[in-house]
Amino acid sequence: MSLTDKTCAELIDLQASGQASAKEIAAAFLDEIDNRNSKVKAFLHVDPAAVTERAAAVDARRAAKEPLGPLAGVPVAIKDVLCTRGVPTTCSSKILQNFVPPYDAHVIEKLKQADAVPIGKTNMDEFAMGSSTENSAFDTTRNPWDLDRIPGGSSGGSAAAVAGGMAPAALGTDTGGSIRQPAALCGLVGLKPTYGRVSRYGLIAFASSLDQIGPFTRDTADAALLLEAISGHDARDSTSVDRPVPAYSKTLNDPIAGLRIGVPKEFFGEGLDPEVASAVRAALQEYVNQGAKLVDVSLPHAPYALAAYYIVAPAEASSNLARFDGMHYGHRTNQKADLIRTYAKSRAEGFGKEVQRRIMIGTFVLSSGYKDAYYVKALKARRLVKKDYDDAFQTCDVVMGPTTPTAAFKVGDKSADPLAMYLCDVYTVSCNLAGMPGISIPCGFTKSGLPIGLQLLSPAFDEERMLRIARMYERATDWHTRRAVV
Amino acid sequence: MSLSIDQVRKVATLARLELGDADLAQAAVHLSAILEYVEQLSQLNTDGVEPMAHPLPVQNVFRADEPGVCLTPDEALANAPVRYGDYFGVPAVFDSDEPVSH
Repeated sequence: MSLTDKTCAELIDLQASGQASAKEIAAAFLDEIDNRNSKVKAFLHVDPAAVTERAAAVDARRAAKEPLGPLAGVPVAIKDVLCTRGVPTTCSSKILQNFVPPYDAHVIEKLKQADAVPIGKTNMDEFAMGSSTENSAFDTTRNPWDLDRIPGGSSGGSAAAVAGGMAPAALGTDTGGSIRQPAALCGLVGLKPTYGRVSRYGLIAFASSLDQIGPFTRDTADAALLLEAISGHDARDSTSVDRPVPAYSKTLNDPIAGLRIGVPKEFFGEGLDPEVASAVRAALQEYVNQGAKLVDVSLPHAPYALAAYYIVAPAEASSNLARFDGMHYGHRTNQKADLIRTYAKSRAEGFGKEVQRRIMIGTFVLSSGYKDAYYVKALKARRLVKKDYDDAFQTCDVVMGPTTPTAAFKVGDKSADPLAMYLCDVYTVSCNLAGMPGISIPCGFTKSGLPIGLQLLSPAFDEERMLRIARMYERATDWHTRRAVV
Repeated sequence: MSLSIDQVRKVATLARLELGDADLAQAAVHLSAILEYVEQLSQLNTDGVEPMAHPLPVQNVFRADEPGVCLTPDEALANAPVRYGDYFGVPAVFDSDEPVSH
C-alpha cells in the first residue's frame, strides 16, 4: 500500500514511528496530483514549494523534539470557498478570479495550529451553488470512480481529491448537502457539523443561516480527528457556539447500547434508485444484527423541505452576494459606465448562470409584494421541518436513510435543467434547515461500481454519538477500505 | 407563477445584473420552473406557525470596544480593482469629465 492510500491516522502513526517523514508524505501526494489532477480536475491551485516547505518545517520540529499538533504532517485539501492568506481563493467564480485574501479563515488557522499541511485549493460549484461541480467557472471535476461522471457538489473538488488519492482529507462546506452528497457519490465519509459548531469566519458566505464547514475523510476515525481540530468557539463569528469540543476520537469505538434508529418512510419513496435503496436497507439490517432497533418515524413536512430550502438559500445568497460590486475587490467591468451600471455590468460579467439565477430567485422572493407568499412562508415551513425532527428524536437516537436518490450521474446529464439538479438535494437539505449534524458514510456500490452513501442525522451537538453510531457500521464492513483506480 | 421577460428584467435590475435579451428570456424559463416548484408550499397549512429565520436560538453577542489588529492600507487595498493613493478608485458618482478611476 502506498502512502497515498493511507488514512490520516495511519500517516500520523507512520511519522511517530519514524517510517515516513512529513516531507515524504507531501511528496507522495504532490506526485499523485501531478499524475491525476489533469484527469480528475480536483485542484484549482497547488503550490508545491509552499507545501514542501511546510512539511519540512514539521519534520524539523519533530527532529528537535518540539511539541506537534494532532494533525502534524497530514496534507489537507481546502475547498476554494475558504479564505487562505496569500493564496488565491476564487469560489470557482470569475468574479473572484484574481482574489488573494489578506487573512486565513478560522478553520485554516485551526488546521495550521494542528500542524496540518494545506495541500491545495479545490474546485467547486461557483459560490457553492450546485450539486455536480459543473457550475465551476474553471473546470468540471470528474468522479475518480468513473471519470465520465460527476463527483457531486458543491464540494466536488474536495471529494475527488480524497477519493482520487491526492489528499488523505479535505475541508468542504455544506449549505444543503454539499459535503454529504459528494462524499456519498465518491465513497467517502463526509460530515456536516451542527450549525455553530465550526466558525464560519473566512468562509465566503452563500446562505449564512445554513452554511457549515466540515471534513471529507476515508473513515470515521479521520472525520473525528478533523472535526476536533476545526471545532470551537470564535468571537469573529457571532453564531459560533461557546461550548466544549468533545474528544470525538477518544470515544469513537464505544458502540451505543440499545440504539434506536429512526427510519422515515419519506426517505424511501418515489425517485429513490432501487440499488441505493437496497444498499441502505442492508446497512440498516447490519445495525439490527448488532442489536439496534428500527423505529418508524414520520417526517410529514419532509416533502416540503426542498421547496423551503430553494427559497431560503437563494434569499440569503442574494443578500450575501450583494457585496460583489466590483469596487473593493473582485472583477470590475472594463466598460465605461456610471456607478450603477458599473455594478450591474461587473456582476453580469463575473457571475455564472446558476449564481445569477439564484440571486434573481432570492431577489424576487424578498421583493415587495412577494415576500410573504414566498420567503416568510418558507421560514414557517422551515420551523415545521425542524419540529418533525425534534419529534422524531423523542423516539429514536438517530435518523437514517440514503444520502442521495441515485449514485453519481454522467457529466452533462442535468446541467441544462436547474430544477433536476436541485432534486439531487432532496434528502440532505432538511439537515441544514434544522441546523442539526449529519454524516454520510460508504454503504456499498452499485453493480457498475459506483459508491452509495448512508446518511445519519442526529440531534444538535450530538456529533460525538453520531460518529460512534457511524463507526458501529464501519467496523463491520469494508466499503471504506476500497480505493478508486484512476 | 410564471415570470414574463419584463418581470425578469425588473428583478435583474433590482439585483444589479445587466443581462442581454437572450439571457433574460432563458432566465424567464428557468425562474418560472423553479418558482412553480417552490409554490407547492402554498398547499402547506402554516396558520399560527412562527417564521424561523435561524435554526438555533441566537442572541446579540457583545464584546468590549477595544482596538485590535487590523489590515494595513496596503493589505486592504491589495485586491482593489483600481487603487487611487490610499483609496479605492471608483467611477464618478456625479456627472464629471474626469472620473478618478481611469
